[in-house]
Amino acid sequence: MTRFPYLATAVAVVSAAFFLVPLAATINFSLRMKRGEITLDAYRWLFRDDTFVSVLGFSAAASLAAIVLGAVLVVPTAYWVRLKLPAMRPVTEFLSLMPLIIPPVVLVFGYVRIYGTSSVLPLTMSEAGTNLLLVIGYTVLSLPYMYRAVDNGMAAIDITTLTEAAESLGASRLRTIATVIFPNVRSAIVSGAFLTFSISLGEFVITSLLNRPAFGPYLVQMGQDYAYQPAALAIMAFAFTWACMALMDFFATRKPGQGILPFIRRKTA
Amino acid sequence: MADQSHQAAALPLPARAPRRVNLNWLGVAPFLLFTLLFLIFPIFYLVDGAFRTPEGAFTLDNMIALTGPDIWPSYWLSIRLSFTSALLGALFGSLLAWAIHLGGLPGWVKRAFLTFAGVASNFAGVPLAFAFIATLGRLGLVTLILRDVFGLDIYAQGFNLFSFWGLAITYLYFQLPLMMLMMMPAMEGLRSEWREAAESLGASAGQFWRMVALPVLTPSVLGCFLLLFANAFGTLATVYALTSANFPVVPIVLFQQIRGNVLYNPNLGYALAFGMVIIMAFSNTFYFLLRNRAERWRR
Repeated sequence: MTRFPYLATAVAVVSAAFFLVPLAATINFSLRMKRGEITLDAYRWLFRDDTFVSVLGFSAAASLAAIVLGAVLVVPTAYWVRLKLPAMRPVTEFLSLMPLIIPPVVLVFGYVRIYGTSSVLPLTMSEAGTNLLLVIGYTVLSLPYMYRAVDNGMAAIDITTLTEAAESLGASRLRTIATVIFPNVRSAIVSGAFLTFSISLGEFVITSLLNRPAFGPYLVQMGQDYAYQPAALAIMAFAFTWACMALMDFFATRKPGQGILPFIRRKTA
Repeated sequence: MADQSHQAAALPLPARAPRRVNLNWLGVAPFLLFTLLFLIFPIFYLVDGAFRTPEGAFTLDNMIALTGPDIWPSYWLSIRLSFTSALLGALFGSLLAWAIHLGGLPGWVKRAFLTFAGVASNFAGVPLAFAFIATLGRLGLVTLILRDVFGLDIYAQGFNLFSFWGLAITYLYFQLPLMMLMMMPAMEGLRSEWREAAESLGASAGQFWRMVALPVLTPSVLGCFLLLFANAFGTLATVYALTSANFPVVPIVLFQQIRGNVLYNPNLGYALAFGMVIIMAFSNTFYFLLRNRAERWRR
């Protein structure tokens, strides 16, 4: 086994090239806004663009709202199912995985028909209603990840004992969830939140079909109108995805009660 | 609830005793209501509409029209594109998973690939399209280097990023890392004892792979292939940004239909969505079945 691993090396090198060349090309492209020199003008241009700032703000707000709605829906449900209704587990798990099977374009098709102009609940008739529908859409898209993250978090703590302890001290159900269970799965929620954030910030399909002034449709518009700015946007999006994944990973492996520091991670096998 | 009443009938309880109604299910009511309103009901509405005429009568015409000359080319295009990108992804993803886990490369290579794959498999949508325009577009870096350094003008040779193969290569950027990540547990499940046992029985490396490793890995590879297929089938934003919606895969046609009823028949739109759900549900179900089959070896 002392032979040099030629085949494995070749596979790894070719794959690494396939992964890295598009990034290098995009970085290169994003720095070429001025002929014949390397410049950060494309990035500067974006941060000076009022639309960029406003759509980013809108998308960030919608994503945060989706995270809150997701956590409020998922935490009590996952808790209750583990504690009292283990028989319901397959049902809630299946429902939470369903958004992986239903493409967003199908989902939003149903939304615009059911909650459109001539329905019982015409959400798309008003600005606020459409925004609500957008947040709901993001929440549904992130449901599989949120549920899994929170459920894994619940598995790591002894919720039965914690609940009994809280009850014997006279805490109500709501108080137990809010002050005992929630803090213990906070890391899991934050972990799910970062994935939700990375999914919904640049989401295009639902956002575009609901006509929201958000980041996804803005990206497409930029791609049609400009040459160098889209490359800069792609690099920022990649960096953003990377940050979200790293933070998600960090919070997912964090034990309840463990501090933010030290950042040095234990090696997990 | 049926159990409760049955019990109440069977036991001779005193008349005054309050009947214990099980209210535990109320705890999941908000979640069930939410998924009912925003997940089940929208799909049900579309499925129901797929089997109706605009006047509301039951019909199979919409489903039959899916195989007609207007719709079927879109499905066929989507199926071929998803199949090609899933096949490439499954092949190279498995190869890469093998290379970094069993290929004898240093540990940091594996960690680097795993970290990068976690990001790349989530790097999809519009920014991915921009990255590939900067790489393989008409003025992309790779296109220019091939032309100026190697004298190979790929666009003159008939390549086009905004075509079938251009999309297949672009999809590969998230398909390959996804496959690699999903194949990791299977690769790690190949126990070294099996190889040792095969070797001590006189098997060559080729025989070990052909008769032990590949049969064990096959369900995983097939299952993950189906997941990649579904993944590609549902991809919309990348195609939209790359081709400005001029590439008629099923999600794009559906997108246009929602925007402006391009099919001139709302119920045909529902049938289009229903067909998509069927294909997605089919591939995902078989993925789950095959994954369970694959996990048999890891218990």
